[in-house]
Amino acid sequence: MTTVTPANGSPVRVALLRDGAIVADDWLPPAEQSPNDGEARILTLTQWQGAACPGDAAVQLEAGDDLEPLLAALAGLPLVAVHFASFTDGRGFSLARRLREAGFIGELRARGQLLPDQAQYLQRCGFNALEFTDPERLAQAQERLSVFSNGYQGAADQPLPLFRRRA
Amino acid sequence: MYRYDDYDQRLVDERVDQFRDQTARYLRGDLLEAEFLPLRLQNGLYVQRLAPMLRIAVPYGLLEARQLRKLAYITRHYDKGYAHISTRQNVQINWPRVEDVPDILEDLASVQMHAIQTSGNCIRNTTTDPLAGVAADELEDPRPWCELIRQWSTLHPEFAFLPRKFKIAVCGSAEDRAAIHSHDIGLEIVPGPAGENGFRVLAGGGLGRTPVIGSEIRPFLERRHLLSYLEAILRVYNQHGRRDNKYKARIKILVKAMGVEAFTAAVESEWERLRDGPTTLPEEEIERIAGFFRGPAYAALDPAAEAAVLEAHCASEPIFANWVQRNSHDHQEPGYRAVTVSLKATGNPPGDVSDAQLDCLADLCEAYSFGQLRTTHQQNIVLADVRESDLLALWRGLQAVGLACPNAGYLTDIICCPGGDFCSLANAKSIPVAEAIQARFEDLDYLYDLGPLELNISGCMNACGHHHIGHIGILGVDKKGEEFFQVSLGGSQSKEASLGQILGPSFRREDMPDVIETLLRVYLDHRLEDESFLEALRRIGMQPFKDRVYDNGNAR
Repeated sequence: MTTVTPANGSPVRVALLRDGAIVADDWLPPAEQSPNDGEARILTLTQWQGAACPGDAAVQLEAGDDLEPLLAALAGLPLVAVHFASFTDGRGFSLARRLREAGFIGELRARGQLLPDQAQYLQRCGFNALEFTDPERLAQAQERLSVFSNGYQGAADQPLPLFRRRA
Repeated sequence: MYRYDDYDQRLVDERVDQFRDQTARYLRGDLLEAEFLPLRLQNGLYVQRLAPMLRIAVPYGLLEARQLRKLAYITRHYDKGYAHISTRQNVQINWPRVEDVPDILEDLASVQMHAIQTSGNCIRNTTTDPLAGVAADELEDPRPWCELIRQWSTLHPEFAFLPRKFKIAVCGSAEDRAAIHSHDIGLEIVPGPAGENGFRVLAGGGLGRTPVIGSEIRPFLERRHLLSYLEAILRVYNQHGRRDNKYKARIKILVKAMGVEAFTAAVESEWERLRDGPTTLPEEEIERIAGFFRGPAYAALDPAAEAAVLEAHCASEPIFANWVQRNSHDHQEPGYRAVTVSLKATGNPPGDVSDAQLDCLADLCEAYSFGQLRTTHQQNIVLADVRESDLLALWRGLQAVGLACPNAGYLTDIICCPGGDFCSLANAKSIPVAEAIQARFEDLDYLYDLGPLELNISGCMNACGHHHIGHIGILGVDKKGEEFFQVSLGGSQSKEASLGQILGPSFRREDMPDVIETLLRVYLDHRLEDESFLEALRRIGMQPFKDRVYDNGNAR
């Protein structure tokens, strides 16, 4: 496990940017084996469906996954993760917006191969948690959450397009 | 034209800072080549055969004098003193240094310009009719819609990593001068049942290796829904477009694979979730943007007096009269004409313009066309608002810098990509073919006798030179390391859009002028009175052309 030292000085385990702050991760990443009892581990969609879709689980979607099976359970899920196999695969951005538009209010996390330069777009599409395994990139992502002071479009973070906000 | 407010300006300024940071991290080794690649592409920066190439956005082709002067300065200061007008109405410079690009972007931002999304797998510059706002056959000026689309698509957080590039064009006139049938999305402004104009929506058109004419997915869309509907199309494409093969990743392949009906159903179902949401355009916003494009302060002219002056000028200068006849167009406003400045003089690589010419165009448009001009997807320039009595003075000014070539719309007004001289994708050099053809057909009487003719050349099947929709199309192909050229006939970018059909085996570069001459002889032998090349071809078919060309033994 990597450690990082955020601005407040105390080192934390593993790299996670949540709601703009670098914090310790309280979830384990998906594994091939189903989790042990009491273990806070993110499930793959297949594992989640295999376990009869528990309403309080954390579930990871792959870019091409269909949202439909998840929609009925969204209200109770504490965490949905979207896995990016490649940073150039933009499907996860649309998945995130669909999830937020469907009313999901839990933690929406982007994992996988991401660039710090994508942090703000990810956030605008509704991700509030970003995983970067490299601590330097994690810090870079944090710095790049507000590169642009405004966006033209409405999105998950600001539903009103600029044309409804121009002073 | 549209003017930035503080929001717009801050956004391009922040983009400059962002790219300066990205370039610095790349040059330091913090960003890998593969990571920097999509970031630089989304700022228009390619790495080409000889040097990087920077593509500067010219939203729907509109430029004003101070922007032209800035472009002239940039080509002089950072490049080799010339720029190239692309078939997306953008401006390209071919010799910048990577480390200079952040400074170039900063210079551009100082005149409300940028290079955002001029390349990469994202929504590109929206293009339109270069005669927008002045064309006599116009239903509605498409530029306010282009600007609304520009803002919506600029730095859109959801659509920056699409399967492939994405191009939108808007047409608002009877004749389609924006080639909307060969775009990922084509929008045609049409009258609605309740009297208010809206959009006919086409999707899945495109050129490239698999050329396709766009399919209608909605006969009428109310205008306030434009952006949410575009968002629905893009979302369907982003989620379902192929990502495993870049040659099958354009939306045209998705539309074909799903079928137009299923694709349309998917879009409509996505749109049901988005329609009437905050992205719905309020009437005030449509009006606000339209206000930027109201015509300039035209003088109240006596059309008869203007016409008389023009007639007298024409009588005294036959060469000028010819240029007026070939390169000027009817205008909505009495006493005014729109003028095409051809960048296709023989010996000039099609679409290239020097720094001195840019400065001169800035002066001329200030003097005679309200300080603005347009770039065209035919790689020319249009001065849209010229008084008839000013045409002679404008012509003299253009002549002085070699920009008065009277060939707009004729054979030698060739659309041509930069080709193998610059582009690392090209199979073949396209510019020398264009130059050889221009040199062969320098005789103006012969040129005019041939009538309107579109000859388009692409150096490879990416089709930047739009060869599929040229009346005559030429495509550079590679055969075991040697350059050959394939000819197609019958393409058209008009509302009766069609894709050219391949004539037969390809030709050597040195044979191309002969091949074209032979094709034109067949046309001249067969044409009926006033029949254009395209009309004659559609009537007699390919065979007479094939027979004559291949009997001559040009094929390899």
